[in-house]
Amino acid sequence: MSELRGVIVSHAAVAESLVAAVKAITGIADALVPVSNDGCDYDALERKLAAVLDRPAVLFIDLPGGSCLTGAIRYARGRPDIAVVTGVNLAMLLDFVFHRALAPAEAARRAADAGGRAIKVTAA
Amino acid sequence: MSLVLARVDDRLIHGQVVVGWGKTLGIRYIVLVDDKVRASDWEQDLYRMGVPPDVDVVFASIAEALQHLAEWQADRRPGILLTADVETMGALAANGGPIRRVNVGGVHHRPGRSERLRYVYLTDDEATVLRGIAARGVEVTAQDVPTAPPVPVGEFT
Repeated sequence: MSELRGVIVSHAAVAESLVAAVKAITGIADALVPVSNDGCDYDALERKLAAVLDRPAVLFIDLPGGSCLTGAIRYARGRPDIAVVTGVNLAMLLDFVFHRALAPAEAARRAADAGGRAIKVTAA
Repeated sequence: MSLVLARVDDRLIHGQVVVGWGKTLGIRYIVLVDDKVRASDWEQDLYRMGVPPDVDVVFASIAEALQHLAEWQADRRPGILLTADVETMGALAANGGPIRRVNVGGVHHRPGRSERLRYVYLTDDEATVLRGIAARGVEVTAQDVPTAPPVPVGEFT
């Protein structure tokens, strides 16, 4: 089975910046693809996703509601080869790029757990 | 307070609406008028995911909205009414009706539409519908977020 693709779907340039940060930290440049919702209605966003989804994938969405999630769910609905995670952060992406041999749902759950664990309030 | 914003936005419930306008106006309910979404339970669930738990969401068909507009307008809480297209808003913003201002917030590119503003693409027919709404005495402006200046309908149609 080919390795999973990770697609980050975000407002503005958040996705692009996260891809750059993962590359800077890990050196891995081919695991993640950024998609921005700039200038997109839902049909246009779905076309952008279709253009980059050539294999099973996990979609990482910036917010747990809104146009990025709506477009992603519309595209992924009924497709078991695509899993969707919201609240994307750098920690979950760093976990994902090293676990791309998993099934989409399992990789998504793992990444979500890693992202959640990264959120802490620390002493100054 | 009642309906404080009637907005045309093909993304319907999304960040600009819930956060940008919603926080600024202190909204407590959203009325989403769309025949297709009204008939789709899974799409309604999806749109609800983007709304804070203290904000109510009502999904209505055009026919239901025409029946309930006055009731929503009488609601003492501030609310937003959304349509995905100008034709639906045109059906709701009738002469002397409760909708006295229309905000065009996001109509994106499709074949047949031309760019009027960075976030507004319209066919000639859609531009005519907006001018028709304005001709009924309704104030029609384009404005994507509250901090942007409103653009009068005559400047983008």
